[in-house]
Amino acid sequence: MWKRKEDEYGSSPDPVPSSSPATATPSAPARPAEPARSEQLRSSEVATIGKSVVVKGELSGSEDLVVDGEVEGSITLRGQTLTVGPNGRVRANIEARNVILHGRVDGDILASDRVDLRKSASLAGNIATARISIEDGAFFKGGIDIQKAEPGAKTEPKPQVAAAASTLVPGSLSSQPTLLESKKM
Amino acid sequence: MAPGIFSKLFGGSSRQGVEDDAVPGEKVIRRSTGFGEFIRAISREQDLKVLDLGSTSPANITFMTGLGHRFHQGDLLRFAHDKSLVVPNGDAGTTLDVERFMRENLNFAREEFDAVMFWDLADFLPELLVAPVIERIHYAMKPSGIMLAFFHTKDNGPDAPFYRYNIVAKDTLELQPVRGFRLQRVYQNRQVENLFRDYASIKFFLGRDNIREMLIIR
Repeated sequence: MWKRKEDEYGSSPDPVPSSSPATATPSAPARPAEPARSEQLRSSEVATIGKSVVVKGELSGSEDLVVDGEVEGSITLRGQTLTVGPNGRVRANIEARNVILHGRVDGDILASDRVDLRKSASLAGNIATARISIEDGAFFKGGIDIQKAEPGAKTEPKPQVAAAASTLVPGSLSSQPTLLESKKM
Repeated sequence: MAPGIFSKLFGGSSRQGVEDDAVPGEKVIRRSTGFGEFIRAISREQDLKVLDLGSTSPANITFMTGLGHRFHQGDLLRFAHDKSLVVPNGDAGTTLDVERFMRENLNFAREEFDAVMFWDLADFLPELLVAPVIERIHYAMKPSGIMLAFFHTKDNGPDAPFYRYNIVAKDTLELQPVRGFRLQRVYQNRQVENLFRDYASIKFFLGRDNIREMLIIR
């Protein structure tokens, strides 16, 4: 059911850089090097709900997640990336840092950083996010609320996810003034 | 055939009908006076709520949110052709479940929107949906809100493909062919006025390419 695998959909737009060197130095003891190594492995992996899996209820966690099966309920991954794969069918409100859709979602999305709708994506629901990218061919029905960066919030410049994506609005999520209001200031 | 752009688009250059799921694949850039006026009107203020009832367009979302407006995407035509909307009408025939369509696609609050992009949907929607949709938009628009609509003046039937309208600039649109829909009818001026009789005013922009552009004030 729950698998760990390499990020086959490119679910992490911002791969977490390893804080440890990839290999232990010859002088370092073998044991202490293990945690760093496993930490590095973990950073490049994501939890996956396979395409034959159906989940009903509340999903929450503190690691990236790929949903290629069916989820009904709610998904909360604060600070993490949720990827809905091509076979994914989600009927849930979603809260995450980044949300990347290849499959279908019926529900609202609250993303503190960005939402990417790839060309095969279908979303019926409202989006509240700082940045959004929609590829040509994606289907979307609902409202979009682009939210402004918190004053002083540290935002890293990121490359546009796909060449075909034509929408990219900088900023970051907050309940503070909207993009519009920022222009007024 | 007339050399104008819309003559090319709506004037029968398609090789096959929409039933064959084939339309010319080229995108066309077109200046639009009506659209330019629409943008001018909604650029005077910020934080307006804009409803786009056409096909999902990343360009439109970018443009409208870039103006500082809130944006809502509808994509009416896609749902109007949902086969599950067809229900028996009791006479061994079928009809459309209009109530369900309205509930699932136009379930908006009263006076929620400042501006609506209706494009040429009235010419492509099933007949049963046209009047209820326009009534519901009236309900959902704020007083003095503005709507942009296009109407064909020439019936080219299946040779008139449906286009997604992508905003290129404040007075320029890109027309992108979308498969699967065909022109249902052509309204005369009097019929158009009747459709929008509950609205405060209608302003026509006569196009040279078999299209009337209209700005309708709630």
